[in-house]
Amino acid sequence: MNWFGIGAIYRFEMARMRRTLFQSIVAPVISTSLYFIVFGAAIGSRITEIDGVSYGSFIVPGLIMLSLLTESISNASFGIYFPRFSGTIYEVLSAPVSVVEIVLGYVGAAATKSIIIGGIILITANLFVDISVAHPIWMALFLLLTAVSFSLFGFILGVWADNWEKLAIVPTLIVTPLTFLGGSFYSISMLPEFWQKVTLFNPVVYLISGFRWSFYENADVAVGLSLAMTLAFLLVCLIAVSWIFKTGYRLRT
Amino acid sequence: MSANGSVIQVNGLSKVYADGFEALKNVNLDITEGEIFALLGPNGAGKTTLINIICGIVNGSSGSVTIDGHDIVDGFRATRSLIGLVPQELTTETFESVWATVSFSRGLFGKPPDPGHLERVLKSLSLWDKKDNIIMTLSGGMKRRVLIAKALAHEPRILFLDEPTAGVDVELRQDMWAVVRDLRDSGVTIILTTHYIEEAEQIADRIGVINHGEIILVQDKDQLMRELGKKQLILDLDEPLDEFPQQLASYNLKFGAGPKEIIYSYDTQAKHTGITALLSELGSAGIRFHDVRTTQSSLEDIFVNLVKKIQ
Ligand SMILES: Nc1ncnc2c1ncn2[C@@H]1O[C@H](COP(=O)(O)OP(=O)(O)O)[C@@H](O)[C@H]1O
Ligand SMILES: [Mg+2]
Repeated sequence: MNWFGIGAIYRFEMARMRRTLFQSIVAPVISTSLYFIVFGAAIGSRITEIDGVSYGSFIVPGLIMLSLLTESISNASFGIYFPRFSGTIYEVLSAPVSVVEIVLGYVGAAATKSIIIGGIILITANLFVDISVAHPIWMALFLLLTAVSFSLFGFILGVWADNWEKLAIVPTLIVTPLTFLGGSFYSISMLPEFWQKVTLFNPVVYLISGFRWSFYENADVAVGLSLAMTLAFLLVCLIAVSWIFKTGYRLRT
Repeated sequence: MSANGSVIQVNGLSKVYADGFEALKNVNLDITEGEIFALLGPNGAGKTTLINIICGIVNGSSGSVTIDGHDIVDGFRATRSLIGLVPQELTTETFESVWATVSFSRGLFGKPPDPGHLERVLKSLSLWDKKDNIIMTLSGGMKRRVLIAKALAHEPRILFLDEPTAGVDVELRQDMWAVVRDLRDSGVTIILTTHYIEEAEQIADRIGVINHGEIILVQDKDQLMRELGKKQLILDLDEPLDEFPQQLASYNLKFGAGPKEIIYSYDTQAKHTGITALLSELGSAGIRFHDVRTTQSSLEDIFVNLVKKIQ
């Protein structure tokens, strides 16, 4: 293993976050606060409780997932897209680092960043509402798996995109809707029956449900199913990444 | 390394790009350890493609490359650790400091930190006082120096310089050649591409000429100059000459800068250069001269002739 190589990529990516520290931390704090003001206060005054949890507390896991997903995807996709765009990728391609090492560096850094942001949101949310974590280990596991899977997904996106527009379109056109429709702000059981069925095709439902279960022990789908779906998504991303490197797709002409 | 001292072996290497363009056609090339090898060729000849395949940036279509006994695909860790690359394009980081980017390069190539080495590299490239500067704020020339420093950060045994002097000022060019010579003295093998022939002429030990994806010729520089070089004998006459006397017609003489300068071209490889005969005929024709000098055609001429001949 080229540990120095992994470390170099990881540190380089983390340095990017440090340069924009203010933006990286302040942005999620502000957006979380806004969600609490808008959703918590406005909607929360009508929906007081869902499954025995106050509405404000209920949306916390969904909010964290929302940020985790978008941050993982945007950090990882930008991390690999930018060197491709600027040409500096030549150095990584010419270095004695394997596929696994490149992915560990880029995806590891992106996942770290989104987990840090998830933590910041959790702390911010704690200022507004009561939060209890029933299963901290499960919570950490879902946090980690989601951050890693979606950072991998972001990495794939950053390799696939050949212009800035494509880089932006997947998160805004696919991921954000899926997250909003995935039960971040409501329980699936509140939907009409037909839409409950449709929703089960949304992979984000399983992430949010499992993650919320680790907080409040109530879930839309069984926690084992949530875990299985998360792992399946991770596996699909891993296969895609290894295919990318094996064929040199969009990296080596 | 193989017995004959070759450190890089390119065997039957071809490259067809996705659009069907054949950029390299069955290239065979051996690079000797410790030499400075110049790859000469016009734009689009395939120089960068060849280098990028050897360095792992582009996939070859067929054929193989072996470096220090390791295949570049199966033994990529060993081969890439040996290589430093200064790319043709000025592709640097933007917001990083010079020090951070050279440290990154060293780590990326699997080497533990060595601030002493990085300091020596930066000093040799007059970058030491810029080490904390953000790369974005540097001039083009300075950025090129940074790219060289990055390539040297992991102490490579083989250095590729792809068009290192394209658009570079004299000062950097001199610094760069000083660094290259130092590296060669320490045993580093250097492969550079250029389409400036004088550059190859000044610095290379051996020269390969590539055109349309094919290696046309690989030769020792001095030998190449000798073999392909035409020499000219230039005579400065005492008195101006209106025209050449009839008995000198067979020498194909030409006037030089004026009617007091005549030029005789000859082939250094020919059995008889005809110089002795010419001089005595000039004497008998009563043409007196007070100075004689010879010039040799440059690689530029050789190169142009070669490419013309092939086409
Ligand atoms: N990615 C690519 N796709 C298609 N053709 C390419 C690609 N890269 C280079 N070429 C073509 O291959 C030829 C050789 O290019 P290159 O190796 O850059 O030449 P040189 O470095 O000698 O100028 C050129 O005709 C160029 O247009
Ligand atoms: Mg080139």
